[in-house]
Amino acid sequence: MAEAVQQSFAPEPDAMSRRSFLKLAWGAAGAVALAEAGLVTYRFLAPKAVAGQFGGVFSVGRVEDFPPGSVTPFNEGRFYLVRLADGGFLALYRKCTHLGCAVPWDPAQGKFVCPCHASAFEMDGDLLNPPAPRPLDRFPVTIENGEIKVDTGQAIQRDHTGPNDAVYAEE
Amino acid sequence: MTLPDPRPDSLPHRVIESIQRDDLPLVDDRSRMKYVMNNLVLHIHPAKVAAPTLKFTYTWGLGGLAILLMTILAVTGVMLMFAYTPTPQSAYNDMLRLQTEVMFGQLVRNLHHWSGNLLIVVAFLHMLRVFYTAGFRPPREFNWVLGIMLLLLVVAANFTGYLLPWDQLAYWAVTVGTSLLDYVPVIGPAISRLILGGPEVSGATLTNFYGLHVAIIPLMMGGLISFHIWRVRKDTLSIPRRLDEPPPARIEKVTTLPHLVAIEFVFAIVMVALILLWASWVNAPLEEAANPDHSPNPAKAAWYFMGLQELLLHFHPVFGAIVVPGLALAALAVLPYLRFDTDAEGVWFRSHTGRRTAVVGALTGLIVTPLLVLLDEYALDLPVLLPSLPTIISNGWVPLAALLLMLLAYYAGVRRLFRASACEARQSVFTLLVVSFVVLTVIGVAFRGEGMALMWPWEVL
Repeated sequence: MAEAVQQSFAPEPDAMSRRSFLKLAWGAAGAVALAEAGLVTYRFLAPKAVAGQFGGVFSVGRVEDFPPGSVTPFNEGRFYLVRLADGGFLALYRKCTHLGCAVPWDPAQGKFVCPCHASAFEMDGDLLNPPAPRPLDRFPVTIENGEIKVDTGQAIQRDHTGPNDAVYAEE
Repeated sequence: MTLPDPRPDSLPHRVIESIQRDDLPLVDDRSRMKYVMNNLVLHIHPAKVAAPTLKFTYTWGLGGLAILLMTILAVTGVMLMFAYTPTPQSAYNDMLRLQTEVMFGQLVRNLHHWSGNLLIVVAFLHMLRVFYTAGFRPPREFNWVLGIMLLLLVVAANFTGYLLPWDQLAYWAVTVGTSLLDYVPVIGPAISRLILGGPEVSGATLTNFYGLHVAIIPLMMGGLISFHIWRVRKDTLSIPRRLDEPPPARIEKVTTLPHLVAIEFVFAIVMVALILLWASWVNAPLEEAANPDHSPNPAKAAWYFMGLQELLLHFHPVFGAIVVPGLALAALAVLPYLRFDTDAEGVWFRSHTGRRTAVVGALTGLIVTPLLVLLDEYALDLPVLLPSLPTIISNGWVPLAALLLMLLAYYAGVRRLFRASACEARQSVFTLLVVSFVVLTVIGVAFRGEGMALMWPWEVL
């Protein structure tokens, strides 16, 4: 009986047999189901930003509150507001670019020194001493009518410091 | 038809009989074998085992000890769940409450802490035992791979548990540990964000780690351990032999009950007593509450990651955190599949030559590793010597290539000088690398002070 069926419905040599087609279809359906389950799990577990906390926008004060050449920590926002000697503003993420320790500002030495692996950074975040691979990350700073705002939503990574990193108040 | 006995046994007796499937007492080998096969717990064992494998100084009971520790961890872990809430507001206070208010809270926490740490050591020693007696020869190659997966899960369980006390130690060790992930190309930062639940260690991280620690990792371990033990039962243990002793033609077999079970029982009782004693006297560490604004100096990872952290001080992070450990793990997994040209299954350290070259490997690792650390710390600054190259090459590819060439030269040297077979020379290289890793861990734990600066032995004491 089976032989007879095979003979009468013998597929062309290159054509896909019913069996291998079904195998492929089941495999594809299984892969799609797995991908869906994976996506649902990922979306369920993925972190969400919470407004008003680290990750949001911080109003830190007015331009004249920060004398040139000062470094002011904002622990809530995890950043230092740096006013360079030439008046430019920078918001430096305090997380060490090496392995994530909180880098303290050392006023006596005038630099950031990481307690974990002795990486050191200049006042503008530039890398002084490895093992850190790059300068401190920065957050975007905006100044409107003398009010300074720092957006901690996404830290900006940079391989080198540049002249456009700092933001200046309009005269 | 009449019943054979008009007066049946008493009701309590019949109830007890109904729980036990087989007749008691166990009068002969046949009934003992049947008992093992039909017992829910004992049937993880075969009904009979090869008599030579019962020798304690062959296995050192390390696999069984790992199971015992996991049992202690499961029991104490579930107890701790009833006294702990995984939020940044309450986690640390719960730890304090455990130590001061909860009856036996400190003891249960100590048991859990020390058993977890001991499990890493025991799993590692178990792996060394199997390697040095060539226990991973066919048909047991894949069980070796399963064992490596289990070792990784044990480390993952310890690492996720490390965060839960929410003290300074926990917070910064996990910060440093998860930052390693950021160096994995392309997907690293996304994975790090997912398991941290954000850009930094926070309340979301505590929730994630708690779920992983109490559910996901134990379930995965349960599955893999079942597989691992089932393979041991099916593949049986390798038979211990003395040097130059040919494989035995006939192996005497004895019933698992009582021969194996009695040894296991006594060993388990002794180990439980020792662990209880230790946990009664030595408290698990607890530092000040976690403070995200202040990294302690030095900020060290958990001790089992200190070898890795020491590597990071010498290599570019991509190499220290990813390439070198990845290569090491891949080499470890592929070991049982390599050509094995010495008949050494069941012989400690393979052969006479194997023993000599293993000692050479251990001494080389013991002497050369500290010298290389000192050289890199004080004399050699590759990024300065090779200023035109990016640091990922000058401090990554270049030193790695140099080390691999040195290993290759060492391998060739051992083969030539000691007329060692490939498998003996491989054992020597393995020994060298294991000793180097242990030395790096000791340097990281004991000889790194403030700012991770190197200290001399007389400064440590």
